Amino acid sequence: MNIHEYQGKEILRSYGVAVPNGKVAYSVDEAVEAATSLGTPVTVVKAQIHAGGRGKAGGVKVAKSLEEVRTYADDILGKTLVTHQTGPQGKEVKRLLIEEGCDIQSEYYIGLVVDRATDRIVMMGSEEGGTEIEEVAEKTPEKIFKEIVDPVVGLMPYQARRLAFNINIPKDLVREAVKFMMGLYQVFVDKDCSIAEINPLVTTGDGKVMALDAKLNFDSNALYRQKAVLEYRDLDEEDPKEIEASKFDLSYISLDGNIGCMVNGAGLAMATMDIIKHYNGDPANFLDVGGGATKEKVTEAFKIILSDENVKGIYVNIFGGIMKCDVIAEGVVAATKEVGLNIPLVVRLEGTNVELGKKILEESGLDITAAGSMADGAEKIVSLVKA
Amino acid sequence: MSIMINKDTKVIVQGITGATGLFHTKQAVEYGTNVVGGVTPGKGGTEVEGIPVFDTVSDAVAKTGANASVIYVPPPFAADAIIEAADAGVELVITITEGIPVTDMIKVKRYLEGKNTRLIGPNCPGVITPEECKIGIMPGYIHKKGHVGVVSRSGTLTYEAVHQLSTEGIGQSTAVGIGGDPVNGTNFIDVLNLFNEDPDTYAVIMIGEIGGTAEEEAAEWIKANMKKPVVGFIGGQTAPPGKRMGHAGAIISGGKGTAAEKIKTLQECGVQVAETPAVMGETLISVLKETGLYDQCVTHKK
Repeated sequence: MNIHEYQGKEILRSYGVAVPNGKVAYSVDEAVEAATSLGTPVTVVKAQIHAGGRGKAGGVKVAKSLEEVRTYADDILGKTLVTHQTGPQGKEVKRLLIEEGCDIQSEYYIGLVVDRATDRIVMMGSEEGGTEIEEVAEKTPEKIFKEIVDPVVGLMPYQARRLAFNINIPKDLVREAVKFMMGLYQVFVDKDCSIAEINPLVTTGDGKVMALDAKLNFDSNALYRQKAVLEYRDLDEEDPKEIEASKFDLSYISLDGNIGCMVNGAGLAMATMDIIKHYNGDPANFLDVGGGATKEKVTEAFKIILSDENVKGIYVNIFGGIMKCDVIAEGVVAATKEVGLNIPLVVRLEGTNVELGKKILEESGLDITAAGSMADGAEKIVSLVKA
Repeated sequence: MSIMINKDTKVIVQGITGATGLFHTKQAVEYGTNVVGGVTPGKGGTEVEGIPVFDTVSDAVAKTGANASVIYVPPPFAADAIIEAADAGVELVITITEGIPVTDMIKVKRYLEGKNTRLIGPNCPGVITPEECKIGIMPGYIHKKGHVGVVSRSGTLTYEAVHQLSTEGIGQSTAVGIGGDPVNGTNFIDVLNLFNEDPDTYAVIMIGEIGGTAEEEAAEWIKANMKKPVVGFIGGQTAPPGKRMGHAGAIISGGKGTAAEKIKTLQECGVQVAETPAVMGETLISVLKETGLYDQCVTHKK
């Protein structure tokens, strides 16, 4: 799960991790009010959307007066920002962060991730702050330093110091930087983050080390014990179909194509998208109905697929293991009758009770194309959609 | 022979009285797995399906001599269950549970260092040695006894591969699901190593997916060490970056973990990669024919 920058900074602040003073604003008037109460000569107006690259897209402006705050806030609120992370359709700005400007001396990068190679949390740092860290990693990997954290003791101060020295934080600010890193690590473990990225971390003219930006992502497996984090969820930032799917415990990801997919198992669901693409079709979604799907779940899955108006055909690919084919078949028939399907539907069933499942489909009298194998089904749906 | 489990493996089920645990216990017993006990705290002294239930894993091990455990307990309690099994000296712990927080798994992995316990999973279908022992949620009947090893990060995609092999009369030595989470107990290399040493495994199918670099590391290991042919498949060739494709571990981030990268590395290391998931079996068969292993690997009628 993602949250907004201002929310991330709220969490950091509560752990004593230095961030600039700032307030969230939902309207132009609130923005001006926030700037007035901050009372600083320079104010930064920042668009709050769940995507990076906001600065380049015109979503971050530095204002030198309240009039400028008003102008920029008016300009950015309601605007659709298109960045490298939003996709071509962009994202509408509904919230602003109004923040005090600061006297930046240098910019750095600090990030925490779960490293699969070591099965540990790793803190990374670089003196190449402000730029894309992937770019730094690719072009100048020697400029990225890593500290691997032993979960028994957590991040140790010597590791934070070593990282601070390695990325050339001024000696007189190392103590501040260490305090920052220790706090950030604590946030990461206490809040079950999957990523905590501070880019840039800045040193200021008045001797501070603070987070100018904050990107926190959370492990969705841990949200059951992170009630406070869940409060930060912004449904405006999520695909409505994905929200609907999550209510029914379906794993659904919206894509750009026109062939709706319903599959059991994440691996098979991905592979089904791949094989559709192989036959020059375009999947409209990833959908894993899970191992314990019921007739009701299948019906909901169908409704969600059909709520995407780009969908011109549906491919159901089921390898019934624990999930029985007759249950799936009943679900498909019930859903088709309920929603009144008028686009091609190809069903491939294999596994437990497959004969029973096929019989149910045949006897339903519905216009369902049966497929003998995964490839056969993909080929059939692609040609039906193109016809 | 086989790897990890066989007809002599004595299994206990952690979470045996829950709906999932009970259902799969019945299936396993029906398949012929030697389920010697179950653990549900507070239900010690009772029986389900004629299997004795214990309050603690150490109790269950002491009374039954179990050497493997399968875990069906819900995610908030799963890390505790794994560590309890390791602490009781269980050699093989197979965790089916999906949705365990990653920070819990980091602690579990650290705890297991230096211990004589192998963890499989979490978020995996389990392990099966056909016609001998089934531990997990896979449909038993699609598997046939034979000489091809299967190792995979995905559940249903493994069934697909096994089905393609069995349909062509190619049996399997053991099929291992290592799970779809970013931090897991056993990786591809661990399993490949076991298949390499198993005299009854002649060839291996390895099924990976997007996210992380486990497939690339396995590819390098295969090039340096593997004495047997390996065929690969990578799921998620069309997955967009930054989107978690169901499995917590299946996500392309920071330009890393793409299918294209993995396929390229595997091919460079001499692993033939099936172009689509529909030809995993076919690709293996063509490699078996090239290497003269085909006849020995056909163990059943088509």
